[in-house]
Amino acid sequence: MQFKSMVVSNVELSPNYFRMRMTAPQELLASAPGQFLMLKVTDAIDPLLRRPFGLFDVGTFTAEYAGCGAQTYCEILYKVVGKGTKLLAALHHGDVVDLLAPLGRGFDLGPAGEEKVLVGGGVGLAPLYYLAKALVERGEKVRLFAGGRNRDDILCITEFERLGVETYVATDDGTLGESGFVTQVLERHLNKGMRIFACGPTPMLDAVAKMSARHEVPCQVSMEAYMACGVGACLGCVMKGANHTEATPDYRCVCKDGPVFDSFDLQWS
Amino acid sequence: MQRPDMSVAVAGIKMRNPVMTASGTFGYGAEFADYLDLESIGAMISKGLSLKPKAGNPTPRIVETPGGMLNAIGLQNVGIDAFIEQKLPYLKNVNTPVIVNLYGNTLEEYGEVAARLDGLSGVAGIEVNISCPNVKQGGIVFGTDPGAAQEVVRLVKKNTSKPMIVKLSPNVTDVVLMAKACADAGADALSLINTLTGMAIDLERRRPVLANVTGGLSGPAIKPVALRMVWQVARAVKLPLIGIGGIMNGRDALEFMLAGATAVQVGTASFLDPSAAQRIAGEMEQYLVDHKIDSVSSLIGALEV
Ligand SMILES: Cc1cc2nc3c(=O)[nH]c(=O)nc-3n(C[C@H](O)[C@H](O)[C@H](O)COP(=O)(O)OP(=O)(O)OC[C@H]3O[C@@H](n4cnc5c(N)ncnc54)[C@H](O)[C@@H]3O)c2cc1C
Ligand SMILES: Cc1cc2nc3c(=O)[nH]c(=O)nc-3n(C[C@H](O)[C@H](O)[C@H](O)COP(=O)(O)O)c2cc1C
Ligand code: FES
Repeated sequence: MQFKSMVVSNVELSPNYFRMRMTAPQELLASAPGQFLMLKVTDAIDPLLRRPFGLFDVGTFTAEYAGCGAQTYCEILYKVVGKGTKLLAALHHGDVVDLLAPLGRGFDLGPAGEEKVLVGGGVGLAPLYYLAKALVERGEKVRLFAGGRNRDDILCITEFERLGVETYVATDDGTLGESGFVTQVLERHLNKGMRIFACGPTPMLDAVAKMSARHEVPCQVSMEAYMACGVGACLGCVMKGANHTEATPDYRCVCKDGPVFDSFDLQWS
Repeated sequence: MQRPDMSVAVAGIKMRNPVMTASGTFGYGAEFADYLDLESIGAMISKGLSLKPKAGNPTPRIVETPGGMLNAIGLQNVGIDAFIEQKLPYLKNVNTPVIVNLYGNTLEEYGEVAARLDGLSGVAGIEVNISCPNVKQGGIVFGTDPGAAQEVVRLVKKNTSKPMIVKLSPNVTDVVLMAKACADAGADALSLINTLTGMAIDLERRRPVLANVTGGLSGPAIKPVALRMVWQVARAVKLPLIGIGGIMNGRDALEFMLAGATAVQVGTASFLDPSAAQRIAGEMEQYLVDHKIDSVSSLIGALEV
């Protein structure tokens, strides 16, 4: 779907990290965790392309104006890294943006009863919150392993805890939780019968994918790539599939075949 | 006032309006069906097809630049046979002309792909890409040497009975020379331009951003160059022209028509706005209404200099 959406709120959670709520058509309630949106930050031609963001939350709220019924919203959690996100951070309540959503393939929640393990680094937590909500709604036991460089990178932990998710935190500099990589913490807790869902920087996903293979635990990863169209038309966002070789190339489209992949379907370093 | 007549014809291909979607920016059509009415645009041009499926270049393949983008997709495509089997049946049910963009790694391959498409129903015409900057063999060689271009055009012409559009590269010193060469060799129409070769550098890593080092520049940044080339070629060659390059709205499209284009193609704009082609056709029509012009074709080449 392509639609205009009104910014409801845009709040700085910690230095350079923002959470933005936007109105959305009701159909977005049928989106799957792990799907993403493409946002046109400005009508001007610079920046030219839309920016992709994972769905952090989707739901309904009742606006404060008299006579308004329930309104569907979607939220993104984003980090200011460049031109587009800088402009995004300057948006206010009432501003209008143009969205394409929901895009791509989301997480496969897997069979009920297994323990669900979420692993996120930095803004990689974004799609995991929507996922945690869906899993908790199904009555699943969910654990979250959140990592970052320092405490400012660890976002929305209380939101996860409010859902009843057991959380583990690690930071490189030890300013919050354990000191070190979140993957080290994860490895101590990994057992068969679990299912991993991971999103974050590629080196982290690489480590998680290898660990899941070692422990024979199924693992899905949400990937990032530079995107132009977001709908599978430009072939700009591809990444190497598991069977890729120079002679027999195997490229997967992150926007259309992903962004969530089974970790076995991709080629790791 | 009656609605203005938006129809045009390019080399015998009749279109309800002059807006086509540019090769490589509209997938195989179906990708965009949720966002616009495929029967509201003039024609669709497929992703460039080759004889065998082609994997394309390593990543990163795209990068944004001010007012534009660079791409080095490397002509990834499903190959002609898979296109005919898997993509064409869907397109046949859409009441809009489909033009197949094709290229070959060798001269013979150009001929072979054209031959496979000949006689196929559902293919209104072909657009021969002699201008892709992102493949090592083929592509650019044919697009920058008038002699080589003529060989390709002659061979394809021999192998097809369909209207043949030849797509020119801007990466030449004299585009008119190339246009004349293709016209003499039998092209039925010319489309211009393909992307301009460009480059982006990552200063932190001190490396090129694109894995392929260079890529093709498209988007609003190239519009002035494209307009100039359409205008130059229009004055030198009698064939119908299709203007391409940075068209973002109806006014951009109409500028190309004034410069001498019979139709236009919308490329990069579809990435920012998947409904761009339909919107642009609507904006063109509105301009005609506002200016009390009955027919869009009356604007072709109507530039006063
Ligand atoms: C499926 C998907 C989901 C994402 N979800 C989130 C999210 O929930 N929160 C969040 O903060 N970020 C997310 N990102 C990354 C986000 O899209 C980039 O940080 C953002 O586009 C940067 O834009 P910019 O203009 O600020 O940066 P610039 O550096 O100015 O961007 C230049 C170009 O690079 C692209 N780009 C830059 N970094 C990335 C990146 N890491 N991934 C993809 N493209 C990039 C931009 O889209 C743009 O085309 C996601 C990316 C993808 C592909
Ligand atoms: C991602 C991408 C892929 C492209 N692939 C092809 C192709 O396969 N064949 C071709 O002839 N042109 C291809 N082009 C060029 C476009 O058809 C068009 O000529 C060019 O983008 C300029 O138009 P624009 O500025 O409106 O995008 C491609 C362009 C882009 C951006
Ligand atoms: S972003 Fe265009 S194909 Fe994925």
